[in-house]
Amino acid sequence: MTETTSPEDDIVPPQEVPEMDLYHPHSFLTRWIFSQDAKVIAIQYSLVAISIGMVALVLSWLMRLQLGFPDSFDFIDAADYYQFITMHGMIMVVYLLTALFLGGFGNYLIPLMVGARDMVFPYINMLSFWIYLLAVLVLVSSFFVPGGPTGAGWTLYPPQAILSGTPGQEFGIILMLASLMLFIVGFTMGGLNYVVTILQARARGMTLMRMPLTIWGIFIATVLALFAFPALFVASLMMMFDKILETSFFMPAMIEFGEKMSYGGGSPILFQHLFWFFGHPEVYIVALPAFGIVSDLLSVNARKNIFGYRMMVWAIVGIGALAFVVWAHHMYVSGMNPYFGFFFATTTLIIAVPTALKVYNWVLTLWRGNIHLTLPMLFALAFILTFVNGGITGLFLGNVIVDIPLSDTMFVVAHFHMVMGVAPIMVIFGAIYHWYPLLTGRMLHNGMGQFHFWVTFLGAYAIYFPMHYLGFIGVPRRYFELGETTFIPDSAHDLNAFITVAALVVGFAQLVFLFNLFWSRRNGIVAERNPWKATTLEWQTEHMPPTHGNFGKDLPIVYRWAYDFSVPGAESDFIPQNMATKDVKLAEGMTVADLKAEKT
Amino acid sequence: MSFFSEIASKPWTDEQIKVDDQFKGHTFTLPKAMLGLRVLLVVVTMFFTLLAIAYSGRMTFEDWQSLPEPGLLWFNTGLLLVSSVVFRWTKSATQQGRNGKVKLGLFLVGALAFAFLIGQLIVWQQLADLGHFASANPANGFFYLITGLHGLHLLGGLVAWGRTTLRVMRGKIGQEKLLLSVEMCALYWSFLLVVWLAMFLLLLVT
Repeated sequence: MTETTSPEDDIVPPQEVPEMDLYHPHSFLTRWIFSQDAKVIAIQYSLVAISIGMVALVLSWLMRLQLGFPDSFDFIDAADYYQFITMHGMIMVVYLLTALFLGGFGNYLIPLMVGARDMVFPYINMLSFWIYLLAVLVLVSSFFVPGGPTGAGWTLYPPQAILSGTPGQEFGIILMLASLMLFIVGFTMGGLNYVVTILQARARGMTLMRMPLTIWGIFIATVLALFAFPALFVASLMMMFDKILETSFFMPAMIEFGEKMSYGGGSPILFQHLFWFFGHPEVYIVALPAFGIVSDLLSVNARKNIFGYRMMVWAIVGIGALAFVVWAHHMYVSGMNPYFGFFFATTTLIIAVPTALKVYNWVLTLWRGNIHLTLPMLFALAFILTFVNGGITGLFLGNVIVDIPLSDTMFVVAHFHMVMGVAPIMVIFGAIYHWYPLLTGRMLHNGMGQFHFWVTFLGAYAIYFPMHYLGFIGVPRRYFELGETTFIPDSAHDLNAFITVAALVVGFAQLVFLFNLFWSRRNGIVAERNPWKATTLEWQTEHMPPTHGNFGKDLPIVYRWAYDFSVPGAESDFIPQNMATKDVKLAEGMTVADLKAEKT
Repeated sequence: MSFFSEIASKPWTDEQIKVDDQFKGHTFTLPKAMLGLRVLLVVVTMFFTLLAIAYSGRMTFEDWQSLPEPGLLWFNTGLLLVSSVVFRWTKSATQQGRNGKVKLGLFLVGALAFAFLIGQLIVWQQLADLGHFASANPANGFFYLITGLHGLHLLGGLVAWGRTTLRVMRGKIGQEKLLLSVEMCALYWSFLLVVWLAMFLLLLVT
């Protein structure tokens, strides 16, 4: 068939991408511990994030035990309960999800997927991990100081966060603020790497619009984080001043035990603005990488190009921009000018437009696709369902008038767990099942995986669906115990017990998953090269798992976008990004012209 | 090609494939380190902007008492200005490859920057002597916070300056690398000058 190839297809463009100076490790210490290889750093990030995430998981069990069976556990008192809430929330949002998506997946996938040998500043990248680890250790140390960790709630609202009566008021809050500041410094180092690597170190032919959506998601999320984290840094620093130097940035005049405190005139609302200026983009810092990854999982497993690639990119960019103008919808109950509330309710509803667009495109990618119900696909489908669920309750809460009665109830807990807890975690699981063979050369055990998926997916619904109902009847959140509250029927207590049982079962399923990770490392089925038949560059490396420097002697040259699945005329149902048209094996009786004709 | 026209392209069409195949792998014609620095400067701008917004938001409360502005602050501002100008001069000396002038320039820049930092510490001392502690009034708190953070950023810059100067002294640096280092430091210095002028203005007018 080669005689039909037109001459221009034969031209192989010169490499023209300069080689990077790589740091080559010489000892165990520089290879695995103080490594400057993004892949090793990614695994370090992931292991630390998952370990601290397990702590947060156990904290959630303790909370659920208390809520489901009040008065049964002597070792949980009200102060403990608030500490569990606070640490669970902060760990899950910042130290697990942000670190895993950007530090873990970002580090592993960016260089491989854009066709670079490593991150552009490997040394700074290594520092980023070690500062992150330090931040985690500082956070953990707060469990062991007098008074324990802070119990101010994950939002750390002043004035109560630093007043007596709040658990952890002595040292816990200081360690929390210090840990957050460290995390932000570490993240900024990593973030510079991700952005500059994506912009400046791609392979020849890898234009922005040929990048897989995974990279787009991570890229825009990183930009968001670089803009948003300074707000949290400023807020943490000012609160630290208030706590240690007794300044009054956030602290109003107060009387404590009959005595006037030295504070005066500070504005707690200012903290809320700073916090949520970080806090809302944070939702998208977690969601955008998930959006990107899930797009690729769906496309690979439906053997179809992603529907509306350009729209998907625009939606990611649009959501990123809008994420900065919706923050005050977290503050409706703090009281605000009605016009202000109107503005933020409007922007909140507007951001649903690009988000819904993405959901439609995911569903349309499935339409008439050749769907393979692999484990990553199951998790991706579960993500769509869960995200739609959590997203729609978000539309309710975006309206001031609906939010005010619901804001302090379990409804909000159900909403944000669905939309930014369960949904992104579904993607994380899907992504781990998808890329585990690349990391280890072996597949995760399918039976354990199926068990993990069904228990997690159905279990998550058993936990959070009833919680919406509890919220509607007015069960408040943040309460240690409900006691004899007249408007709460007995059935609500039964429901709470049911939710607790479901939560424990789902938690158990995660242990099966962790066991699978370790067990399959040695005993899993040896993976074929490119087991999912994906087009992206990380599967086209010389070795699997990829070695130091990622690609062999020559960097890859990219000839196409990441979504050439089921191209008519081609023999195989996918064409890797680095395969030139002249190298594509054609199906019987087809010509290169057919290959092209169908694509336009 | 601008970012927006780039994300408007259709990567799957034949015409676009021809264009995309010519792409050389980087979006900007900048050294990677320089782009990294610029991204960092955007982040730092965000940081100080948020502080400025918090400052102006807090100012509207009635308990706000403005701080006296010690005359020394003007002198310090002058030091930073001269330091930044000398860095520009050093940069052009580097471009011309005059190593003697480069060394002198780097030395002067460092001395001026350290003088600025010491000057700022003296201002703190003067204010504290007058009884303006950080906790006395929100205006004081902001003053110490902003000047302190600006000083820390300058200290960070001095680390980069120190590395470059050491390399120049040892003569262990190629002309191209030296120019990039000096250019980056000079940019950072000018940036911190602008940040300082903005913050100083904010402190003056309130």
